[in-house]
Amino acid sequence: MEKDNQGILWEVFIQVKAGRPFKHVGSLHAYDKEMAMQSARDLFTRRNEGNGIWIVKADDIISSQSVDDEAFFDPSNDKVYRHPTFYEVPDGVKHI
Amino acid sequence: MEDAKKLEAFQAKIDADIKIEPKDWMPEKYRQTLIRQISQHAHSEVIGMQPEGNWLTRAPSLRSKKILMAKIQDEAGHGLYLYCAAETLGVKREQFLEWLHEGKAKYSSVFNYPTLTWADIGAIGWLVDGAAIVNQVSLQGTSYGPYSRAMVKICMEESFHQRQGYEIMVTLANGTDEQKEMAQDALNRWWWPSIMMFGPHDADSAHSNQSLKWKIKRESNDELRQKFIDKTVEQGLHIGLTFPDPDLKWNEEKGHYDFGAIDWDEFWNVVKGYGAGNKKRLAHHKEAHEVGSWVREAAIAYANKKNNIQKSA
Ligand SMILES: [Fe+2]
Ligand SMILES: [Fe+2]
Repeated sequence: MEKDNQGILWEVFIQVKAGRPFKHVGSLHAYDKEMAMQSARDLFTRRNEGNGIWIVKADDIISSQSVDDEAFFDPSNDKVYRHPTFYEVPDGVKHI
Repeated sequence: MEDAKKLEAFQAKIDADIKIEPKDWMPEKYRQTLIRQISQHAHSEVIGMQPEGNWLTRAPSLRSKKILMAKIQDEAGHGLYLYCAAETLGVKREQFLEWLHEGKAKYSSVFNYPTLTWADIGAIGWLVDGAAIVNQVSLQGTSYGPYSRAMVKICMEESFHQRQGYEIMVTLANGTDEQKEMAQDALNRWWWPSIMMFGPHDADSAHSNQSLKWKIKRESNDELRQKFIDKTVEQGLHIGLTFPDPDLKWNEEKGHYDFGAIDWDEFWNVVKGYGAGNKKRLAHHKEAHEVGSWVREAAIAYANKKNNIQKSA
């Protein structure tokens, strides 16, 4: 018998409604794009969970290593001037 | 040997309720436990479609047929969510199916029992899904991120499963004598298997302690079982049904129901696959898989053909 082949792994992102960001909801297996889209609709939007779907091949996603690899995000810690709380505003000044 | 320091840092994350993600370091035993537990959970969702599917063509009305179909479709989805969660641990889907077919992977033994009457569909939704929900609500807090996220999604979908089952029981319990008897008979047969779904007592459970320490499980088998019994008994009494356990009594002092001894020999027989249904369930799954292989082959051929056209265009 042919070796079993369950297809390609895809990651699925759903937009709950217009204007909202697309959020990862899970993954699925499919053999091509059309099948991935149909399966995503059947699997993740049976109860009005959204009206927009993005699908990406899992292999095509570039991701950072892991939270254990803290050094990667170090540069964000030593640049406190990126936060508004870093700046002093004279008393009485508003709307800034 | 695994780095003691890494293990310590791992436990510290667990203790601080920080979820573990696929690329994070984890002890090999944590990974193996999850692979076993999540895939077993996935197989249960999928095999669990069989006893219910048995009544699809004979559901007593179009309404009940549509509901049962929607419920079974949800269970298929649960299986798929869980296979994907399990795959993040580095095992491929093909492998999980192979282990199931070879009998190396287990599924919940409750699905080995036959569904003899329409009332069994009521009892499954009410009791089996009811027990599964108690377990799954607790597992939303599991320490492994992908498993936890799958549980949250599954719990949202489960909410109608128990109600549709209970509604069947209510209808039968309020029906003719014969219908009431049918409901009672289904409760009699499904009560103990549902209670056994929570697994062995804490004292006899091989994996429990480590799983609790790693927060793979958040509550012990006995705690979850008690929760289920406390919730469910009232629901049965309310519609005039009785439970097949003479020792089942409200314990005012403890604030819980006391219940009788569980027949674990029966449980282990069914777990080890001697249950009449086990062979049938696996054979059916294998057959569906093999008979469906032409669909996979055609889908692959079609995808390849389209890729080639795109490349040459
Ligand atoms: Fe389910
Ligand atoms: Fe369910």
